[in-house]
Amino acid sequence: MSADIRKLAVFIEEIHSEMGQAVSPPTRKAAAVAVIRNPFAGRYVEDLTALMDIGAELGGLLGQKCVEALGIAPSEAESYGKAAMVGEDGELEHAAAILHPTMGKPLREAVEKGAALVPSSKKRGGPGQVLDIPLGHKEAAYVRSHFDGMEVWLNDSPRPSEIMVAVAVTDSGRPLARVGGLKANEIEGRDGLR
Amino acid sequence: MPEPKIRKFFTTVEEIMHEGGPVAGKPLKRGAVLAVIENPFAGAYHEEISSFMKDLEPLGLEMAKRLIAALGGDKGDIQGYGKGAIVGQSGELEHGALWHVPGGYAMREALGDAKAIVPSTKKVGGPGTRLDVPVTHINASYVRSHFDAMEVGIPDAPRANEIVLALVMTTGSRIHARVGGLKAEDIEGQDGLR
Repeated sequence: MSADIRKLAVFIEEIHSEMGQAVSPPTRKAAAVAVIRNPFAGRYVEDLTALMDIGAELGGLLGQKCVEALGIAPSEAESYGKAAMVGEDGELEHAAAILHPTMGKPLREAVEKGAALVPSSKKRGGPGQVLDIPLGHKEAAYVRSHFDGMEVWLNDSPRPSEIMVAVAVTDSGRPLARVGGLKANEIEGRDGLR
Repeated sequence: MPEPKIRKFFTTVEEIMHEGGPVAGKPLKRGAVLAVIENPFAGAYHEEISSFMKDLEPLGLEMAKRLIAALGGDKGDIQGYGKGAIVGQSGELEHGALWHVPGGYAMREALGDAKAIVPSTKKVGGPGTRLDVPVTHINASYVRSHFDAMEVGIPDAPRANEIVLALVMTTGSRIHARVGGLKAEDIEGQDGLR
């Protein structure tokens, strides 16, 4: 089953200064959101395979949308994250089916590699509710400068029988990052952690 | 007055395929570009503020160009527009009114020949405040299918001494427009109204 997408939205944030300090080059984050029909809204269904298939489809689509919005080559992506908000007639497990089994592989293809776990969050909610997408470095989860998040919301989503699925990609870490820890240029790159 | 100090840009594009009815052959796009700038008048009453309008013109033009690019790059695709401002708590509503002239100028300049008044709204608010930016047809305000709006906002803006400036453009009518009235193909095109 392919996703019945009601709408797609892309958000791009570009920070040029923070606390009076210039941020140069600007840090940039993008999020892409798909609002889809939840095929299992309003009933309990044991087998969630259809949503897993949708997860694979959206991992590629939304990852590419983010990279395109940033205007970068896929390999220039630095951090990523994913999240889903299920409308009130669905279950949290529907978000899990989209996010976890199949979304990672096509998303990693869209950002060229990505050894680290894709950080994620999920919730159930209604129109206008905020969805916070966690962010982490795509090659090494412990890179401290890239721990971040991005908020998305759409005033008309999710309706009761919809799911909002979001992916975020950046080409940079936090502006003015200075709390130490593993740096991006020190990644060993063996385990996705360091 | 010096040129505006920009902290960040925020761009959103929605692509709407349907809203429960027939899937559109061409999705409707709604886009917004927001700039967060320092409010040079924050914290005190200034009688003379109007010269800042001129200073905002280059920024307005850059925002309009960014928005057209985000919507696909062809100014011929743009059919609706609107603008707005959110003034941080140390400013006054009148500071938001500074955006009327440069915001409108910028979109007309970037679009070429738009005839209709640019609908607008403004408010004082804090970080995360959302603004419903009204949208009407670029050449004839009475085109009923193009009366629309887009909700915009940024989680961390405006801070007390900032202003969020917004431009919105759309590429068509509401996705399932069917309440009659003046149609886009019936525009006379003389007065910006019909």
